[in-house]
Order: sequence, then structure tokens, then C-alpha cells
Amino acid sequence: MSIIEVKGLTRKFKDLTAVNNVSFEVNRGEIFGFLGPNGAGKTTTINMLTTLLKPTSGQALINGFNAVKDKDKVRSSIGLIFQDPSLDDKLTAKENLKFHAWLYGESGEKMDQRIDNMLGLLDLAVRKKDLVETFSGGMKRRLEIARGLLHYPKVLFLDEPTIGLDPQTRNRIWEYIMQLRQKEDITMFMTTHYMDEAEYCDRIAIMDKGEIIAIDTPKKLKDMIGGDVITLITDNNDQATQEIKNKFGLEVNKKDDGLLITKETGEEFIPLLFRGLSMKVKSVDLRKPTLNDVFLKLTGREIRDEEASTYDKAKKFYKMRIRH
Amino acid sequence: MKKLFKEIYIIWLREMIRYWRTKPRLISSLAMPLIWLVLFGSGMKSAFAIGGGQAGFDFIQFLFPGVIGMSILFTSIFSVMSIVTDRQFGFLKEILVAPVSRVSIALGKILGGSTTAMIQGTIMILLSPIVGIKLSLGLVLAMLPVMFIASIALTSIGLVVASRMKSAEGFQMIMNFIMMPMFFLSGAMFPLSNLPNWMDILSKINPASYAIDLVRQVSFKFMDTPTQVIDLLSIDLFGHQVNLWTDLLIVSVFGVIMVTFGVFLFNKSD
Ligand SMILES: Nc1ncnc2c1ncn2[C@@H]1O[C@H](COP(=O)(O)OP(=O)(O)OP(=O)(O)O)[C@@H](O)[C@H]1O
Ligand SMILES: [Mg+2]
Repeated sequence: MSIIEVKGLTRKFKDLTAVNNVSFEVNRGEIFGFLGPNGAGKTTTINMLTTLLKPTSGQALINGFNAVKDKDKVRSSIGLIFQDPSLDDKLTAKENLKFHAWLYGESGEKMDQRIDNMLGLLDLAVRKKDLVETFSGGMKRRLEIARGLLHYPKVLFLDEPTIGLDPQTRNRIWEYIMQLRQKEDITMFMTTHYMDEAEYCDRIAIMDKGEIIAIDTPKKLKDMIGGDVITLITDNNDQATQEIKNKFGLEVNKKDDGLLITKETGEEFIPLLFRGLSMKVKSVDLRKPTLNDVFLKLTGREIRDEEASTYDKAKKFYKMRIRH
Repeated sequence: MKKLFKEIYIIWLREMIRYWRTKPRLISSLAMPLIWLVLFGSGMKSAFAIGGGQAGFDFIQFLFPGVIGMSILFTSIFSVMSIVTDRQFGFLKEILVAPVSRVSIALGKILGGSTTAMIQGTIMILLSPIVGIKLSLGLVLAMLPVMFIASIALTSIGLVVASRMKSAEGFQMIMNFIMMPMFFLSGAMFPLSNLPNWMDILSKINPASYAIDLVRQVSFKFMDTPTQVIDLLSIDLFGHQVNLWTDLLIVSVFGVIMVTFGVFLFNKSD
């Protein structure tokens, strides 16, 4: 049975359709990911699934409950790690968790135990009595993850759980998440625009401009590319494009000052390619396809194009944490 | 029902912890009353000593409840700003996504704001001997419930505005806009008698007038103020003198309406 069932979910902001007729299901116990560039509608979708935003049309069932009609039941079933910071800086780490537990009607000896366990699991035990305003960005994020899990949610929503963090911290957070997945019987719904993080998911929905354009396991999505990705730079790219099309019958995409070709068993193809081309080859690169290639193939754009603005957002995110 | 009370308590408790830990706010909220009392009180007293004033009536007896009322007015209304800052800094979402009723959140915030206002008012009463007010247990005990009702009514004005606002700056701007006329036309600093007609009308539709008058009438009871002074100072509504009980009724009814309205607006704002 699916723990999340979404049918025709749509949300409009004035004349902007942020989420457009989205349908999908998430299986119990799965890690399900939304991958898409800035503004794709990931957070808007999460807000609707978690009762924070009313859909314009369509419906969402979480743990069997309707996200519009059965708000309280949905709220009790889920944990949510927001994209933006959401801790109380004037409370200590432990107080933040305790407040959270109380909000969910949980208290008592067992909960205290649980709070200590979670703090230990996320390596925050030594700082539990410190005010959150003295925490680093990574520590705050870990605390938010601990908090999201505290009340034994059936589904944990993680909206860009590692945004604004350095690669090392990002890896650590993923270690925690994978660890938690084994310890807790939980389904995870996450959004990201980091390709490498999407690989952790069992299944991924690729989202662009409010619509889901593909949905499958990371492996199957990459298989769509149909082989390895070869990046080629030559003296005369236009002529090379022509020659490759004519001689090998392959499709060629331009990228920056290079050419992209996909071909299965690329390492065997490269020598043939070199022999077939009449101009000088300046450089060649061979790699396995990434989800970015999938996105490129589907939309003609790269998710990475958005990286610059992601960086800006990360900066803003840090500023907010400091100001708070 | 038990769940509701517990939720309100949690929201209230967090307000109190934050109040205690935000030192600048704490210090200013404790120092302000003292400064007001001493500066206003002493200054006004000397000004009125020149004019003579009513026989047997010390102007400080008029001013003291006014200053308390004013301090309750400002503290109550601005304390609800925490809803706006919670929203601005993302914490409100953490509360909104929990299975907690919106009503509890709003009521918890109102109670939190009223509590801080009452703490401030109580401190001022306890400090009142500095300006020559005779402190009595009766005065303190009678003022507590009065301040409570007044501050709940005033806090809910803040809630009505806060339920919609997205930024603290915006909230402050709108509140200043509302509070300044409310304050000046409330009778806190000068009696509402002999005002020009338009001011007279405004002061009578101003809910703060009755809140301040309520605080004042109650404190008069403990300061052996001459009856003719009380008569002279009380608000005249449709040819009737508003007494303590009418004040209480007006403030309570206003409070109930505003709380309901504020909770309703907060409930609707997603
Ligand atoms: N409250 C709002 N009012 C108006 N427009 C909004 C609102 N919230 C989101 N949008 C718009 O909806 C679109 C989708 O936004 P959303 O936050 O869902 O994107 P996202 O996929 O989460 O992006 P990111 O990776 O930057 O977090 C954007 O164009 C955004 O500007
Ligand atoms: Mg987002």
C-alpha cells in the first residue's frame, strides 16, 4: 500500500502555476526524492502535502489521511525538516526538542529518553544544554533532523536537508539519514537539487516548471541516456558535429565549447571516433551518465545552470541563521 | 479541553522563557516603568504644584494609574509581535505543522503578552512609593485582575494586526500608527474633560480610554481620592458618568470581541 498518494495536485499563485497537475505515489519504507532546479515547485508541493498550503485543486493522501480535510491526522503522521531555518535560538537544543515533543502531545520519562537518544545519535549530546544561537549551521541542521524524527512520524519530509552546508557536513548528514532509515521504520520524502544526493533515493521524480517530467529509480533514469557520456572538444566543432552524425549516426549536443555524445561502451567507441574524424581533437572525456544528463536530455537545460542562484540562497540562508 | 489547556500552556511557557532570555527586552521592560514613574511623576508633580490644583488631591494620583495603563498598553500590544518574528524567522511553521489547534496558539500568545504586561504593571505598583503613592496589599490585589483584563483586551488588538503581517518592521509601523492616537486620546496623561468636540468623540470610541479609566478608578479606591475629583475625572458617556463597573463591562466586551476576531483571523491566515 502507498503511504503517499497524490492525484492531480495543482497550486496557483495568481497567474503563476507553481505546481501543475502532479500525480505520484510513494511506497511505504521508501526514500523518495524530488529533483529539480530552483522554482520547480518542490517546496510548494511539500507545503501542500504537509497541510501548510491549500491546493488549488487535486488531492493528497498521507498515511491514508486527506491533507485538506484531515489536517490534524496528517500532522500527527508526519515530520518535516524545512528548507529554511526553523529553530528557536533562545531555547537550548534540548528545550527545542522538548517543546516539539509537547506540541505532539508526547511527554514523560520515555520521551526524555528518546530526546537523549536522538541527541546522541546526531552527535549533539555534549551541546544539549547550549542555546541554539551558539550552534553552527551544520549543528542546527542536525538538530532539526533530530526534531523531525522525535515523535515517531510515519513519513519524514526533508526539504533540501543539506542546503547551505559544506560538502563534508553534507556527507555526514547523509550518513545520519541512512543510519536513521535502518533504525526507524520510516518513509522519507526529500527534495534536492544536488545530483549526487538524489542518488541516495530509491525513486526520483524529476520536476521542472511545476510538472513531473520523469519518475523512476536513479538507475533506470540514467539508462534512459543510453550509454556513456563522451565530451569532445575539437578544432572545428561544427564540422565534427556533421561528421559524427553522418559517419556514426549519433546525436550530438552542444555544451559550452564542447560536444556531448552518448554511446554504450564508450571506451571502445573513442578509438573509432578518433579515426573517423578529420579534424584535430583537443580533448576527450568519458564518464558514466548522471541525473544531470537526464535532466538535460529531458529539458534541454541543466539543473546546474541554477547553481549560482543556489549559492546566493545559501548565503541568504546563513545570514538568516546569524540574524535570528 | 485538557489538550487545549496544555497547548496554550506550552505556547505561553515558551513566550515566558524567551521574555526572560532576551535580556535587552527584559531590562528595558523593567527599567521603563521606573523611568516613567520617576521622571513623569516628579516632573508633573512640580508643574502642578505651581498651579495649586484641587484641594486635597495630588496630581500623581491621577498620573500614576495613567502611566500604568500606558505601560500595559504598549507592552501588551508589542508583545504579540512575537507572532510576526516567529513567522519571519521560520519558527511559526514548526508550530503550524504540529497537530495543535490554531486557537491554542493564538490564545497562548495573547496570554504570554498579557503576562509580560502584568509583570511590568506589578513592578510599577510595587515601586510606586518612590513617587509618594501609599502602597497597600488591597491596591496590589485589586489591580492584578484589572490589569489582566485590560492587557488581554489590548493584546488582542496586536493579534488582529499580527495575524496578517509578514515582517516585524511592518508590524511596528502599523502599530505605531494605531498606538499613538490611542495613547494620546486615552486620558493617560491628561484628563479627557473639556476637549474639543472631535477629540471628545474620538476619545470615547477609543477602547484604551476605558482600560485606563478602569485602572484609574480601581486605584482611586485605595488612595482616598476626594469624590468630587473622581466625578470630575470620570468619562461622560451619553450623559452618564462611566463608573468602574461600566468600564469593566466595556473593556471585557471589547476584549471578547477582539480575542475572537484575532483568533479567527489567525486561524484563517495560511
Ligand atoms: N507564497 C508564494 N507566493 C507567490 N509565489 C510563490 C509563493 N511560494 C512559491 N512561489 C513561486 O512558486 C514557484 C515554485 O516555488 P517553490 O518554492 O516551490 O520552488 P522550489 O522547487 O522549492 O525551489 P528551490 O529549489 O529554490 O527551493 C516559484 O516560482 C516561486 O516564486
Ligand atoms: Mg524549495
